[in-house]
Amino acid sequence: MDRTIHDLSQQAFERILSDIQSCITMTMMKRVSTFLFTVLIVAITGTSAFAQKAPEFSNDLMMGDKTYLFLIADRLEYSSISGSNPLVWDAQGYLGNSVNRFWFKAEGEALTTEKEGETELQGLYSRAIGSYFDLQAGIRYDFAYNREFNQSRAFGVIGFQGLAPYFFEVDGGLFVSEDGDISASFEAEYDLLLTQRLIGQPRLATKVAVQEVEQWGVGSGFNDIQLGFRLRYEIKREFAPYIGISWTRKLGETADFSRLEGGEVGTLGLVGGVRIWF
Amino acid sequence: MISRRTFLRYTVAMGAMAGVSSLLPAYAFSGFKNQDVLTPQGPDNVIDLTISKKTITIAGKKTRATTINGTVPGPLIRLREGQDITLRVTNKLDEDTSIHWHGILLPFQMDGVPGVSFDGIKPGETFEYRYPVRQSGTYWYHSHSGLQEQLGHYGPMIIDPADNDPVEYDREYPVVLGDWTFEDPYEVLENLVKQDGYYNFQQRTMGEFLRDSRKDGLGSALKNYGMFGKMRMSATDLLDITGATYTHLMNGRGPDSNWTALFKKGEKVRLRFINASAGTTAFDVRIPGMKMTVVQTDGQNVEPIPVDEFRIGIAETYDVIVEPKEEKAFTIFAESLDRSSYARGTLAPREGMEAPVPKLRPRPVRSMKDMGMKMDMAGMDMDEGNMKMEGMDHGEHGNMNMDHGNMQMSAKAADPVKHGPDHHGISAAAIADYQFDRLDEPGIGLGNDGRKVLVYRDLKSLDPNTDEREPGREVELHLTGNMERYMWSFDGKEFHEVDGPIEFKHNERLRLILVNDTMMEHPIHLHGMWMEMENGNGQYNPRKHTLLVQPGQRISARVTPRDKGRWAFHCHILYHMERGMFRVVQVADEEGSIYGQDYS
Repeated sequence: MDRTIHDLSQQAFERILSDIQSCITMTMMKRVSTFLFTVLIVAITGTSAFAQKAPEFSNDLMMGDKTYLFLIADRLEYSSISGSNPLVWDAQGYLGNSVNRFWFKAEGEALTTEKEGETELQGLYSRAIGSYFDLQAGIRYDFAYNREFNQSRAFGVIGFQGLAPYFFEVDGGLFVSEDGDISASFEAEYDLLLTQRLIGQPRLATKVAVQEVEQWGVGSGFNDIQLGFRLRYEIKREFAPYIGISWTRKLGETADFSRLEGGEVGTLGLVGGVRIWF
Repeated sequence: MISRRTFLRYTVAMGAMAGVSSLLPAYAFSGFKNQDVLTPQGPDNVIDLTISKKTITIAGKKTRATTINGTVPGPLIRLREGQDITLRVTNKLDEDTSIHWHGILLPFQMDGVPGVSFDGIKPGETFEYRYPVRQSGTYWYHSHSGLQEQLGHYGPMIIDPADNDPVEYDREYPVVLGDWTFEDPYEVLENLVKQDGYYNFQQRTMGEFLRDSRKDGLGSALKNYGMFGKMRMSATDLLDITGATYTHLMNGRGPDSNWTALFKKGEKVRLRFINASAGTTAFDVRIPGMKMTVVQTDGQNVEPIPVDEFRIGIAETYDVIVEPKEEKAFTIFAESLDRSSYARGTLAPREGMEAPVPKLRPRPVRSMKDMGMKMDMAGMDMDEGNMKMEGMDHGEHGNMNMDHGNMQMSAKAADPVKHGPDHHGISAAAIADYQFDRLDEPGIGLGNDGRKVLVYRDLKSLDPNTDEREPGREVELHLTGNMERYMWSFDGKEFHEVDGPIEFKHNERLRLILVNDTMMEHPIHLHGMWMEMENGNGQYNPRKHTLLVQPGQRISARVTPRDKGRWAFHCHILYHMERGMFRVVQVADEEGSIYGQDYS
């Protein structure tokens, strides 16, 4: 209210000023205006500045719980594995603040030599349960296709993700499929600084299942183990091309299923790609 | 309403001096004279300030800045103790703005913190700040709205004492240190939220590990790297934002632009250093070949202390006297704490002269003490500086023979204090298990090269503090943070999580204890009242408006809240404040009122 009156009085006063501008010097005007202005303000508001009411206490003044959108494609690569030469993606991100986040993950591959591929999508609520760790819960949806058919299945997920001692980025999940089959996955990565921008990244991932699910080529026990080493160069923090090697070995019953299908049990390939985030 | 006359006079003066029109304040030019300042005009002692966006040139690059009266930094405001002044601030931005008068004791409604002391200044509006000037010294002013300060919204303010100045000088210059980024500050913050080491290009690499192994032995290097790894702390976490994006400024000029202060041989030159950095930059200031005598900090006179170097945290001020005895140029060198960049100027008898610019020293690494861990040699107050965790392995590599420089093995240093059971939750990635006195330590990377570096213990007020009462109670606050999530807080609570102010009673005497549970320095600023830092000088403890608290440090100050109201209290690293290291201190009388103070 005071502010409006203040504005009006200021405007009115500026009009008067412009009228008399021609007949007095700038110096005079300044003195007079300062004086009149003060008189006006005091007359209109009838208050001294020191009695001004301050705003009520509010804790909503800063950006401590601002929501950010983060997306990262940690691996986006072409792999030279004889016979399949797959494109591989491993992307994730969140929408949220420091503590509460909607987290999404997408991982999969598509062969470039034939029509075949699979992808895994997760949508999770993620909550900080420690300085370095989030507890995550949500759903996962798998989709696989080849020339003859495609199939999908859904899971409930509970998992964790964060930074373990010695700077290992770890990510683990426990999955219960719509048919009640239980499985788990675990992944760990480490950044090894060769220089400030040239960074080696060893990576380990493994899957384990309780029940055998033949339709998906999953045996009970350890399914597979993946080891990789990627060497990236951070042109910008957000943009780093890389080369590396990736080795995957199917294990136990899962390997047997693969053999039956005439597939490879172990693959070793050179990879090239880009790590990108924003 | 802008005072056109003042504005014109100002720009004309600047143009004349530079020979070209420029967007730098008058004191950025070597012909600067003390009349080229903003002083109160007319019977009401009015000063007009206009905040607007302008395209300016920094380090040869054009960029958009938030300017005050058209320049970065803003003009030098010069007041006299005892004046009743009116500062009319006009907002020509398309967003709210504000000016906070840093270190000034005033009615809290005039303190300029939107949402705490007033509603802010809306676009197109003019706000009148009116207050009696009740102190003297070197101060500054800056925006308290969003991240505007990072875009140039700051300037120096000098208040001359009503009586004679106890500091003698023939000539004086403000030396406003700043950090500039050509990025959008909101993007800078977002980058830090998404990747904590985004701007750190001085991390420890494999190569450094091998070098350390060769030097200290594989076992020792593994132990050291392992310790940081186990704690998930980066030993090179020195400043969040570095020279990777910052151009460091001295009076608005980049290092190559070389701000020059002229002197005549034999003169006493008073340099009023103000660290107006917005980001994270603490500077280490020295003038090679010249002793500096520190005479004032945070606007308050101290007993003169001759030093070779001093660290200035964000928002702190230090006044030094130098007496150049030769007709030659001296470099004023302000190195960032992490050694990634520097601001630089020249002290010279004539314009256009230059002195050699020192090399940046090697960046230091954090120590166990910085992590609040006790070393083997209990109670020994060592500054690790560039040394690496030698506390773990004292005997082996003969660190006992090291040159401890100006380090004082002070008997006055308090014993380490053990941290309590509260670990402050998620937003505190670590706590200082042991909290150290550290008042005799100049800070990381300093004091081990033979230079006399100022330490907080050195500061002794020139005049006694008037409140002789012992503190009636203690208020302890822990500085907490989580670099990984970029969360910053007090006692593990970010500002948006607290439901009320910290309560101080009007005119009570209390002890404010600050404990730094993080591994970084934090400049903690309390608005509206002095912190009389308890450094063993009794009634002559120095008065500070901003305390640079070292990692793992426990520091205390006596406080008498003489002015009622609501006052901001926060880390002056802008991004830490915005991420939650902020509180409101409420000073109320016995009736619970924050109003009705008599300032006559």
